[in-house]
Amino acid sequence: MTNHWVDIRNANLIIVMGGNAAEAHPVGFRWVTEAIEHNNAELITIDPRFTRTSAVAQDRAFIRTGTDIAFLGGLISYLIETDQIQREYVLHYTDAALIVRDGYGFEDGLFSGYDEATRSYDKQSWMYEMGDDGFVRRDESLEDPRCVYQLLRAHYARYTPETVSSITGIPVETIQRIWRKIAATAVPDRTMTFCYALGWTQHSIGSQIVRVAAMVQLLLGNMGMPGGGVNALRGHSNIQGLTDLGLLSQLLPGYLTLANAKEQDYAAYIDKRTKQPTVEGQVSYWKNYEKFHVSLMKSWFGSAATERNQWCFDWLPKLERPLYDVLDTFERMSKGELNGYFCQGFNPLASFPDRAKITRALSSLKYLVVMDPLNTETSEFWKHYGEYNDVDSSAIDTEVFRLPTCCFAEDEGSIVNSARWLQWHWAAAPPPGDARPDIRIMAELFLRLKRLYQEEGGVFPEPILNLTWDYDIADEPRPSELAREYNGRALEDLVDDEGNITRRAGEQLSGFGELTADGRTAAGCWIFTGCWTEDGNQMARRDNSDPYGTGNTLGWAWAWPANRRILYNRASADVQGRPWGANKAFIWWDSEQGQWTGADVPDFPTTSPPSQGQMPFIMQPEGVGHLFAGQSMVDGPFPEHYEPFESPVPQNLLHPGNSRARANPAARIFDDDREALGKPEDFPHAATTYRLTEHFHFWTKHARLNAVVQPEQFVEIGEALAEEIGVAAGDWVKVSSNRGFIRAVAVVTKRLRPMQIGDRQVHHVGIPLHWGFTGVAKKGYLVNALTPFVGDANTQTPEYKSFTVRVEKA
Amino acid sequence: MAINVTRRQFFKLGGAGLASSSLAMMGFAPEPAEASIRQFKLAHAKETRNTCTYCSVGCGILMYSKGDGSKNVEQDVFHIEGDPDHPVSRGSLCPKGAGLLDFVHSDGRLAYPQVREAGASEWTRISWDEALERIARHMKDDRDANFVRRNAQGQTVNHWTTTGFLAASGSSNEAGYITHKVVRNLGMVAFDNQARV
Repeated sequence: MTNHWVDIRNANLIIVMGGNAAEAHPVGFRWVTEAIEHNNAELITIDPRFTRTSAVAQDRAFIRTGTDIAFLGGLISYLIETDQIQREYVLHYTDAALIVRDGYGFEDGLFSGYDEATRSYDKQSWMYEMGDDGFVRRDESLEDPRCVYQLLRAHYARYTPETVSSITGIPVETIQRIWRKIAATAVPDRTMTFCYALGWTQHSIGSQIVRVAAMVQLLLGNMGMPGGGVNALRGHSNIQGLTDLGLLSQLLPGYLTLANAKEQDYAAYIDKRTKQPTVEGQVSYWKNYEKFHVSLMKSWFGSAATERNQWCFDWLPKLERPLYDVLDTFERMSKGELNGYFCQGFNPLASFPDRAKITRALSSLKYLVVMDPLNTETSEFWKHYGEYNDVDSSAIDTEVFRLPTCCFAEDEGSIVNSARWLQWHWAAAPPPGDARPDIRIMAELFLRLKRLYQEEGGVFPEPILNLTWDYDIADEPRPSELAREYNGRALEDLVDDEGNITRRAGEQLSGFGELTADGRTAAGCWIFTGCWTEDGNQMARRDNSDPYGTGNTLGWAWAWPANRRILYNRASADVQGRPWGANKAFIWWDSEQGQWTGADVPDFPTTSPPSQGQMPFIMQPEGVGHLFAGQSMVDGPFPEHYEPFESPVPQNLLHPGNSRARANPAARIFDDDREALGKPEDFPHAATTYRLTEHFHFWTKHARLNAVVQPEQFVEIGEALAEEIGVAAGDWVKVSSNRGFIRAVAVVTKRLRPMQIGDRQVHHVGIPLHWGFTGVAKKGYLVNALTPFVGDANTQTPEYKSFTVRVEKA
Repeated sequence: MAINVTRRQFFKLGGAGLASSSLAMMGFAPEPAEASIRQFKLAHAKETRNTCTYCSVGCGILMYSKGDGSKNVEQDVFHIEGDPDHPVSRGSLCPKGAGLLDFVHSDGRLAYPQVREAGASEWTRISWDEALERIARHMKDDRDANFVRRNAQGQTVNHWTTTGFLAASGSSNEAGYITHKVVRNLGMVAFDNQARV
């Protein structure tokens, strides 16, 4: 979330799209109802289904799954053509005025630089044009045809209400009504917030859906504002924390990135990531990259990391593939290229697409290690459970180890909620039997490996033998020790320009501003620096006071970065540093004190006066929000609508003649998985998977209360489809894709309605995913038997929300 | 039918627990009667603050366990409720969170290390020592056999691609941090968590 849960109450308009907060995040959703009741706010839902969120909304639209960019791209065109943008904000706080190089273009669904053989773009032409002074050229009038604003305008001119309607299935009048309501938040004293979840991310165009929403918010001046922002309502209790800590194939902690194999030179690696300002005088905070990187290396390798060995740069693994994401890994595994795999609190047999392929892949492993509090399906993938898991155990040679772990109730530490709050928790009881904390298991495994390398030698033992491990009890580090380590400390005395000591060696650091690139500081995750200072554990703070009445409780727990609760909050004030509207006052320039002040920790250099001209988006080299994503996206600088890889619609209505532009042309798909895609004539129904309010993923089928209230697997189909295939409520249906099938009870409902898309009627099928073959609920089928093995072009998040099936009476 | 009874009178009146609770049901109760019964139940419990383990709202919870912390008394969580001080949840829990206790005590909780040998159709219980020693041996053998120091182009890559790791977004930052520290420095790159999906 750019903002936070309680801040939703400050919104005037709330768009829930690509999510269903009332059911998936019920307690967080109370702040939506609070805004409706006490801030006179309106809630609008845009979803393929009539959800419980829709049920309390004042307005709603039903959209064909996977067509959100069409709706929001059309909105951009509407905002521009009707001049309903926050013009001062757009001019100063976005890249609208910046000029783009001549070579950039977009034709028939493809951006300039496309290479069909590699399904990728050369992004050289997607760049701003640099002037003779070394900074980006700009046109304050916004009239230059090569400025971002005019390119944006031209790009979305195709997205007329009629075109958007024909793609999304939403009637033109509904589209225009909702666009009008959204446009009304372009004024300084009204804000709109977007709340989304997996309904936006789990598409082959998922990242671009999120991006188009951010662009809308920039045009409306809603970023950095109380009651504004783009808010990812994340799914797992610490999914934000594990993302922040970089447990992803290409990352290091704090959004630092691993080098690829071509980056052999340390200086070049650092230089590429050290973003210097491209507009004169801007902050460009990533210019400090090396301080964060060296502090991490000192944290991991201590005195072994020196300037002479380039802080152990060679010890870090280098990437030879663009991403070693889970789809890539299971593709390689299915071809026998992996020998071992660990699943720590993760159930891939249930969670990954094309379950048959996942079973094949796991069966090819030599060893599988499952660390979990529960008996997951993955840990028993080799065991026969009738039609629910139809395997022959004797034909599977994988050795499977199952290690019991603690659950939250038996565990101490911090987790990061969707609003970036690090909240500390304490253990209430010991775990059952011999279960152990994950920390201890990882420590014991590591120490055993280290001993083996000490005793036997082996390949490249240096990073193992030199990894810092100065915990009081080596095989059971305390959470407090690890938290202090990722916060960071001074390794030598730190001094200011005049030679005064600002931090003694050994002391905890109070913020990432103290980090140095010369090895005098260590910090395992720079964005968390400040969470455990010399004043103690900031994550355990429990002061819920709200002195400004904005819902900002700075004394409750600790939020990264720097305990800031709303990102980009400098943008809540105008260029002169005054709040845009009195009712939206949040951060402002106090000229008497000579500093920024207000209800939050300013997301800005505290004493940089407005007259200095530094702009609010301090992580960007230009200081402004990007309407044009020059280098950050692999599939285009502007979001473009492409069909899901499996779609009931045979062509992309924006590019009907170009089959290369039907689905995302830059999304990766492996050959076998392309062959396994279904055709609309065989699988005519648009399917989407989702979650219910009574259950949490595949966990709560193990909890009796949840299993009692929602015991049995079902699928939702509309009345028209039920009639067409001769199914009554309560009948069993078989749902098939080109990859597998499930059987479930049919819930026939008015919540799903047929949509007119071009010349055809499209029916949606809703598939809740909570059942499996372990647990105390009734046994059911893993729904990922159905889903396609293809992901978002940028993140490789699988396309679980849009694929095709055939429903028939079982 | 409002009868004003103080809390002390109420307990005298009620006598046995069962009678007092049915009295409360009938309405013969001081206003905070039900709360009093609850306090009675929780009075000798240990209260522990935690955060709901399900979605990312991060609702505050209070867990109540048996025992007063005396030696040799094993804590056992018997009640979980929302933390009223929490600025987001203000004491609420959703239908998922309301069942947290059943997750803690689920029949599906694993209690002992086990192995399923190649081709076997059942689990075998093993010790932690055996489990960790065998896993470490597998890891070292695979790493030593397949670790790549330089690729075909002669570039230093120092990675290990034949074993992969999925980390848990339900685990703490501290578990996540140490997992990253260990996994990455063994050279693994096929490393993701639920954020990928």
